[in-house]
Amino acid sequence: MALVLTEEQTMLRDMAKDFFTEQVPVTNLRKLRDDADDLGYDKDVWAQIVELGFAGILIPEEHGGTGFGPMGLGIVMTEAGRTLAASPLYSTAVLGAGLILAAGSEAQKSELLPKIAAGDMLTALALEETNHHNPANVAMTAEKSGDGYKLSGEKKFVIDGHIADTLIVVARTGGAVGETQGLSMFLVDANAKGVTVTRTHMVDSRNAALVALDGVEVSADAALGNIGAAYTELENVLDLGRACLAAEMLGGAEAVFDTTLEYLKERKQFGVIIGTFQALKHRAAEMFCEVEICRSVVLEALSALEERRNDVPRVTSLAKARLSEAARLITNEGVQMHGGIGMTDDVDMGLYLKRARVQAQMLGDSNFHRARYAELGGY
Amino acid sequence: MTALDTFREETRSWLEANCPESMRTPMPEREMPWGGRNAKFPNPDTKVWLDNMASRGWTAPEWPAEYGGGGLSKEQNKVLQEELARLRARPALSSFGLWMLGPALLEFASEEQKKKYLPEIVKGEIRWCQGYSEPGAGSDLAGLQTKCEDKGDHYLVNGQKVWTSYADKCDMIFCLVRTDTTVKHDGISFLLIDMDTGGVEARPIKLISGASPFCETFLTDVKVPKENLVGELNKGWTIAKRLLEHERSMISGMGMGAGAASMGGMEAIAKENFGTDGEKIADTSIRQSIADHKMDQQAFGLTLRRASEEAKAGQGMGAAASMFKYYGTEVNKRRFELLLDVMGTQALGWEGEGFDSKELAVTRSWLRSKGNSIEGGTSEVQLNVIAKRVLGLPDA
Ligand SMILES: Cc1cc2nc3c(=O)[nH]c(=O)nc-3n(C[C@H](O)[C@H](O)[C@H](O)COP(=O)(O)OP(=O)(O)OC[C@H]3O[C@@H](n4cnc5c(N)ncnc54)[C@H](O)[C@@H]3O)c2cc1C
Ligand SMILES: Cc1cc2nc3c(=O)[nH]c(=O)nc-3n(C[C@H](O)[C@H](O)[C@H](O)COP(=O)(O)OP(=O)(O)OC[C@H]3O[C@@H](n4cnc5c(N)ncnc54)[C@H](O)[C@@H]3O)c2cc1C
Repeated sequence: MALVLTEEQTMLRDMAKDFFTEQVPVTNLRKLRDDADDLGYDKDVWAQIVELGFAGILIPEEHGGTGFGPMGLGIVMTEAGRTLAASPLYSTAVLGAGLILAAGSEAQKSELLPKIAAGDMLTALALEETNHHNPANVAMTAEKSGDGYKLSGEKKFVIDGHIADTLIVVARTGGAVGETQGLSMFLVDANAKGVTVTRTHMVDSRNAALVALDGVEVSADAALGNIGAAYTELENVLDLGRACLAAEMLGGAEAVFDTTLEYLKERKQFGVIIGTFQALKHRAAEMFCEVEICRSVVLEALSALEERRNDVPRVTSLAKARLSEAARLITNEGVQMHGGIGMTDDVDMGLYLKRARVQAQMLGDSNFHRARYAELGGY
Repeated sequence: MTALDTFREETRSWLEANCPESMRTPMPEREMPWGGRNAKFPNPDTKVWLDNMASRGWTAPEWPAEYGGGGLSKEQNKVLQEELARLRARPALSSFGLWMLGPALLEFASEEQKKKYLPEIVKGEIRWCQGYSEPGAGSDLAGLQTKCEDKGDHYLVNGQKVWTSYADKCDMIFCLVRTDTTVKHDGISFLLIDMDTGGVEARPIKLISGASPFCETFLTDVKVPKENLVGELNKGWTIAKRLLEHERSMISGMGMGAGAASMGGMEAIAKENFGTDGEKIADTSIRQSIADHKMDQQAFGLTLRRASEEAKAGQGMGAAASMFKYYGTEVNKRRFELLLDVMGTQALGWEGEGFDSKELAVTRSWLRSKGNSIEGGTSEVQLNVIAKRVLGLPDA
């Protein structure tokens, strides 16, 4: 597939761009943070996102979605990233819808997907247990109990955990910690007995939580996908998540680059605008190259997903690694080139810097993906 | 079957019949098909292949047929390139005429000039070199001083060019000369000079790689016919800049993947030198460096592809040539640095025993790669161009 957007995709992008810049500017995130908002997202904004069809963008029309596929989803994520829009898009429209589509039974799909598309259900993936992303490092247990299962263990860095209605929990029905076999996924009601969700306040002012399960009973039909063999579907959807995170980071990086470039043309020191100093010009030109490269790898990852190509893991690792590094570089330069004012909470540079750090950690940082890229390359 | 499919079929069978077997093997440096009046063909098949391709104008597939080119559309050329790649065919002709001068002549030359020079380029009959740089005018190219005076029925040229690649082996030189000393950019003209003219002398300069591919070129009272001026007098800078764009895109795409490929891939060498842990290279730091580099290359390749797709969609990436020249050459330099890390002592030989010919070639290519970020405008100059033209950051 092409690395240029089709007419339809361009229209979607323009619509998303208008929506996020006008309705969900960075001030929206600031307000949530400054008000110490209990939810950490704006319900009205989410209602509009649902209205625009973005919550169900991955979901086929037969299940109430708009069926735009991974490319459409990535395009929306980029625009959301540009304004640091805080919403359950990632946890619910990307991971939740993605996992149910990939692993769900027909009954689960018919029941749950329309709810997601209609904005009536929020989900959160409870996967991580260690300080670094490692999808096989699951110790949480799911023991057979009567007709169902009993789940015990602790999860961390559960994005949108405290607002989710349904937790998608990865637990071990077999195998040892570190092994990919023996992993299973369960849909767990966030209000079920034995579930404790503790919101964590993260540096990017976005939502994450600790989730503890203490002998939580679920029925057999709460299983999402095959018992003991969930890893393949999980990994496929994690790749979707990685590509969408890369897309979101691209939006942030573009925003920081554009703002910084404007500042270089505005700010005067030594009697001239600072954009005339070659020490800054060359770094700005390098950032420009980096942004162009980032656009290419993000589009390639989304195209690969859209076409279900077999190099999906490789190109999503390429995109996630590249964007993690580039967003770090560009947000650091953004702060630096703003001088003292870049250090203040008044300008947005710091917000982007913090967000980029969290995004880099989500679903694997650049070290993780570089190693994965090498492994997939057979070396 | 579409017209393009038919074209593909015809092309495939023609190439099968007309591309000699030995032209489907990797090309050693000494068999590079540069053409020219004194062309040497250590492998006679090189000449056969050149003549066959030139007879169809396929050395310059998209140039108009009236000037000897193939007259192909972009889509047809793409098919031709795919079919050539399928055979692993060597380029039939490598030439500054094809890459740089020809496209500029097509845009700026008179009808007579196009009729005279373009067919010679297509057939590889004339080998061209580029007379831009001077001892006092490198990055600041427009500061060039080589003097060109109007003597009524001819021009008289005096000055010195430097870093003129292959000047000692070329038949003609396209030169930037000063025709007005009172202004800078608007006093430059674009002139074609026959290297056999009296007063032209090329002296080879030795590079750090040991080779001497470029020269100092002295021009002393050189008489040049007036019809050798391309475009208008004092309007040469426009042509010069356009030609540089062609040069930059050529350099940025050059050599990607070569070198290491001839060595069987960096990963394979690393596995041999550092051992393995399962399938993995045992040394994690080398492994990460290789992955990093491969990612760079893939990302750059994707960006080249995106640029060409955007160009087709009429979207244009803007100043893409400078970006690709900068990024592509820097990636290429890093590639050789890494390859040397991976090869250890085996990339440190200069000549003789203890090293095979491929290893020795890597050493020389590593040194040659240093020039990539200098020739055709240095990396710093490319960054200046991006900052100014794309980002709109003004000079002080
Ligand atoms: C945490 C903190 C504590 C501070 N404490 C104090 C304090 O106690 N007392 C006090 O007086 N000040 C203090 N400052 C201010 C500090 O000294 C200034 O922020 C600093 O000198 C930079 O000036 P500026 O912010 O105006 O940035 P600018 O000068 O506007 O710089 C913006 C960008 O342009 C670059 N730039 C500027 N000129 C050039 C040039 N000629 N060539 C290349 N690049 C250039 C800068 O490097 C920077 O990246 C503090 C700042 C911070 C962040
Ligand atoms: C392998 C090779 C082949 C070549 N072939 C040809 C050829 O066939 N024909 C031809 O005409 N020329 C050729 N050249 C010459 C080449 O175009 C020049 O070397 C190049 O333009 C740089 O000029 P210079 O060598 O005078 O360096 P300088 O311009 O003196 O540059 C020295 C250093 O200063 C930096 N610098 C200069 N100006 C600036 C600025 N404004 N801002 C920041 N940094 C700056 C440069 O980037 C460089 O690092 C070739 C060069 C090489 C290496």
